[in-house]
Amino acid sequence: MTQATYNGLLNLAAGAFLLAAVMIVWRREIQATVKLLAWQGLALAAIPLTEGIYQDDGALILVGVVVLLLRAVVLPLLLARAVGTEAHERRESAPLVNTTTSLLITAGLTILAYAVTRPIIALDPSPATRAVPAAFAVILIAVFLMVSRRRAVSQAVGFMMLDNGIAATAFLITAGVPFIVELGASLDVLFAVLVLGLLTGHMRRTFGDTDLDQLSELRG
Amino acid sequence: MSAADVSTTHATAILATLLQVLAVLAGAPLVVGGMRQIRARLEGRAGGGIGQPWRDLRKQLRKQQITPLGTTAVFALAPAVVAGSTLLIAAILPLIALGSPLDPAADLFGVVGLLFLGTVALTLAGLDTGTAFGGMGSSREITIAALVEPTILLAVFALSVPGQSANLAAIVSATANNPGQLVSPGSLLAFVALAIVIIAETGRLPVDNPSTHLELTMIHEAMVLEYAGPKLALVEWASAMRLTVLLGLMANLFLPWGIAGPDPSLLAVLIGFVAIAVKIAVLAGVLAAGEVFTAKLRLFRIPELLAGSFLLALLAVTASYFFATPTN
Repeated sequence: MTQATYNGLLNLAAGAFLLAAVMIVWRREIQATVKLLAWQGLALAAIPLTEGIYQDDGALILVGVVVLLLRAVVLPLLLARAVGTEAHERRESAPLVNTTTSLLITAGLTILAYAVTRPIIALDPSPATRAVPAAFAVILIAVFLMVSRRRAVSQAVGFMMLDNGIAATAFLITAGVPFIVELGASLDVLFAVLVLGLLTGHMRRTFGDTDLDQLSELRG
Repeated sequence: MSAADVSTTHATAILATLLQVLAVLAGAPLVVGGMRQIRARLEGRAGGGIGQPWRDLRKQLRKQQITPLGTTAVFALAPAVVAGSTLLIAAILPLIALGSPLDPAADLFGVVGLLFLGTVALTLAGLDTGTAFGGMGSSREITIAALVEPTILLAVFALSVPGQSANLAAIVSATANNPGQLVSPGSLLAFVALAIVIIAETGRLPVDNPSTHLELTMIHEAMVLEYAGPKLALVEWASAMRLTVLLGLMANLFLPWGIAGPDPSLLAVLIGFVAIAVKIAVLAGVLAAGEVFTAKLRLFRIPELLAGSFLLALLAVTASYFFATPTN
């Protein structure tokens, strides 16, 4: 793989990664955001795979394959199962911030990410660190998504996106996390999503709804 | 190529510019007619034929001039301003050849300014009539224009980063010399953003329905409701020319092949003419075919779409500015 192809692929992966985050903010159908999350997982997995093939590093390619399986296939499938089947459960019907404002806030967060990651890029201006702002922007967007959505599954999507952003930042800055660390983090997320899926099911059975804003009182 | 190289204009370049303006004048109604015909065929209707807009224009131009009571010079001059600014854009843009004599004088920001001069003239004319529909159409048009203008500027700004110039000919020749940058994230995002705003600016589906006269949905048609006869013909002609010019701009920004150089031979001018005609025809066909499968967006969802395209344009700028490594 030449330097130019490596640059191009890395930029394309980082761009697609950020674009998926923006599309998740844009769409309101929960099923669609879960699908976009799978695409984001694919873009995330492309980062260690590209770096692994470029540096001829078998461990990094293995990490990439694990990330691909887990974040582009397993986790979105688990989340998709947690989405309710009723019509009012399938859409983020009344988000706390309307879509237009959310998109403009996302634009602001992206610029903020570029501003605050400048010192990190200045440390070692390589193609990988140049893409760090995109990963950092995804972290900020995910936090915003988690506080501005009502449905439990939407917030879980935000949480997954947060973790995707952190993983992408790690891949881009350190050029390869030790396999055992990545495995540990991925297992954590897997269990978190399993527990979230269970809790969502319980909530739906108990209250008939997964709007977290209604859970403001204690019940005896 | 810098702007200084272009300032020495050649006789064939002037010829190419003249040809460009005449072709936009004559071809714009055909583009609209072709799009209507494609829509009609796909919807199972016979359609009026490609020449129908030309026949409409001829009929309207022969009619008597009627001016509504109480309207001022703003109403009378608006069609001329729209048509004039659009023709000026047609002369500036590198559609057939790169070295337009007007090219050094007007960069992208000038072109966007001219585009919105026409929009503002029409909205003022809509307000000038004092009718409810005119005012409503103007208010809606300005709402959309206020979101479209920054998006166009940002999207083209993103495209001007690789060419390192806001001059249109410089951007187009930079893309033609280095086609690899077309698949970069910045230019892909800019393409999507620009496509959305061009659809919004020319009043096509899903933002506005060009063939409706239903008061709840129309935007552009509500503004020009009071025009009749030759002035209506001018307004419709100008809006067809805007569509043609913007499609041509889009085609040459992203697919600059076939365009003639700054000092073209007659054959190169001819090739450039055929190339741009084919590109515009294909783009218009795709747009018309896409419209068959699209429903009009609710008016209150339009700012959402445009804010999204603004965000895409912003991401395009950040991507082309920050991802670009200094080595290449």
